[in-house]
Amino acid sequence: MQVSVIRRLANSGLRASASFTTKRAVLGCCQQRSYVSNSKTRNAVATTDTPLTSPPPSQFNPAITEAAAEILQSAELVDTDKRPIYLDMQATTPLDPRVLDVMLQFYTGLYGNPHSRTHAYGWETDVAVEQARVHVANLIGADPKEIIFTSGATESNNMSVKGVARFYQNKKKHIITSQTEHKCVLDSCRHLQDEGFDVTYLPVQSNGLIDLAQLEAEIRPDTSLVSIMTVNNEIGVIQPIDEIGKICRKHKVFFHTDGAQAVGKIPLDVNKSNIDLMSISAHKIYGPKGIGACYVRRRPRVRLDPIITGGGQERGLRSGTLAAPLIAGFGEACRIAKEEMPYDSKHISALSKRLSDGLLAMDHTIRNGDADRHYPGCVNVSFAYVEGESLLMALKDIALSSGSACTSSSLEPSYVLRALGADDALAHSSIRFGIGRFTTVEEIDYVLNAVRERVTFLRELSPLWEMVQEGIDLESIEWSQH
Amino acid sequence: MSATQSPASTKAMTLLLYRSLLRTSRKFSAYNFREYALRRTRDAFRDHMSETDPRAIQEFLTKAENSLSMLKRQTSISQMYKFNEQVVESRPKKGISVV
Repeated sequence: MQVSVIRRLANSGLRASASFTTKRAVLGCCQQRSYVSNSKTRNAVATTDTPLTSPPPSQFNPAITEAAAEILQSAELVDTDKRPIYLDMQATTPLDPRVLDVMLQFYTGLYGNPHSRTHAYGWETDVAVEQARVHVANLIGADPKEIIFTSGATESNNMSVKGVARFYQNKKKHIITSQTEHKCVLDSCRHLQDEGFDVTYLPVQSNGLIDLAQLEAEIRPDTSLVSIMTVNNEIGVIQPIDEIGKICRKHKVFFHTDGAQAVGKIPLDVNKSNIDLMSISAHKIYGPKGIGACYVRRRPRVRLDPIITGGGQERGLRSGTLAAPLIAGFGEACRIAKEEMPYDSKHISALSKRLSDGLLAMDHTIRNGDADRHYPGCVNVSFAYVEGESLLMALKDIALSSGSACTSSSLEPSYVLRALGADDALAHSSIRFGIGRFTTVEEIDYVLNAVRERVTFLRELSPLWEMVQEGIDLESIEWSQH
Repeated sequence: MSATQSPASTKAMTLLLYRSLLRTSRKFSAYNFREYALRRTRDAFRDHMSETDPRAIQEFLTKAENSLSMLKRQTSISQMYKFNEQVVESRPKKGISVV
């Protein structure tokens, strides 16, 4: 009797897990892309026949002792497959061990709800949450009361763009953003357009920066919000946020900036730059995934229509129990980022220079985005006459991306590069190299070698490259239609 | 350790701390964390090499001690969850990594 019950339970468990995996496979992270690009969902599903690493990623050894550690150390791993070099720091960053060290105590002993006012379990996590809030605020020069914890930069962007627009919709119906924003800002704007708002998508110059005169010209009396990202996620250009902030303050328009790629990497001060709202993400600064923050200015006060309502936590702007372990980790990541910023930027700049000098020394390579106003940790280079996706496949031992992770499953060229005016061929052949705190010189040298070798190999295969070598102008060719 | 200790014993103490930080850093099974921990430790000690203010030295040593206990915990965790070697990784020599 008991055995059959267990078997039935086991069966149903199996079935449940099977249906779960199929569901996961069908639902990608960026299924709802239809508002922004016209790509079809079937294009957004990428399948590879050869998985990158075949063995299960981790081997968990529960009872570890000092002796077991020794055995583990000397034991040769059965599988000889090696893990690729991680150079996709714009997508996400590894969790810093120092951050994990702070987080673990909240997963073991300190499990109280920070909103519980009646007992010590609540008080101790509340203290940790407020401490983390101070660290986040210090990093951007804000007051701790102006930090609202959210699930990440996407939520912060949605909250800011939709929140401000909807709160002031009776008087103001116009929003300005740029064409190279992250998809979550562009998509929020599309939603607002459906609700009857007027949105201006500012074009960018060929170096990726917006034209300040054009921005000022586009501001109307009914403009409620300007949303321009600080550091672009694909090409790494730093927008002139100080000047944008000044223009917005002059015209009494709220200024929102998506700082997911900038906070903790370049010095930022919300008061100096006149920023009214800013989105921050923890997993881009070696913190945990699933947590972020939104800076909402108090003086002059920015009012928002909250998307999530309920218990009234976080000044009523974002209800829901705060995730104390994640917030503690986020706070520690911010504290480390502030403390280590000079050291990290020195390291990243040196590696970035080494990498871009090496890459740009190759024939027919072009850096995308402005060379000076540029975050060094993001190097985006186009390799002419090579197809970017085939280069990515040839560089399987390096984890790279041709653009944003959300669009990496589609084969379309990046909309950011197209907004710069790059032709489709160059946009197709671009690769983004993301350098971070844990990248080593050896890795950069390996990457330089591998890229040189494989770009040469792929170009040898290309008839276009042969023609270029023979001195034929590709523009002069009249391609026959089939 | 108190600030009143003689400079010689502070020096010995610092060296000991430096060596154990490096030794513990080598225990990270993840290549990138291991290399970072080694580089960060070396650079931090190099930056403070000519420090003369006893208060600053004391502060630095306290920080280093805290880092050491953090490293001990995190390297054991790193030993528990092992992943395949990274492509540029040269295996740490046996005998050095486990001390």
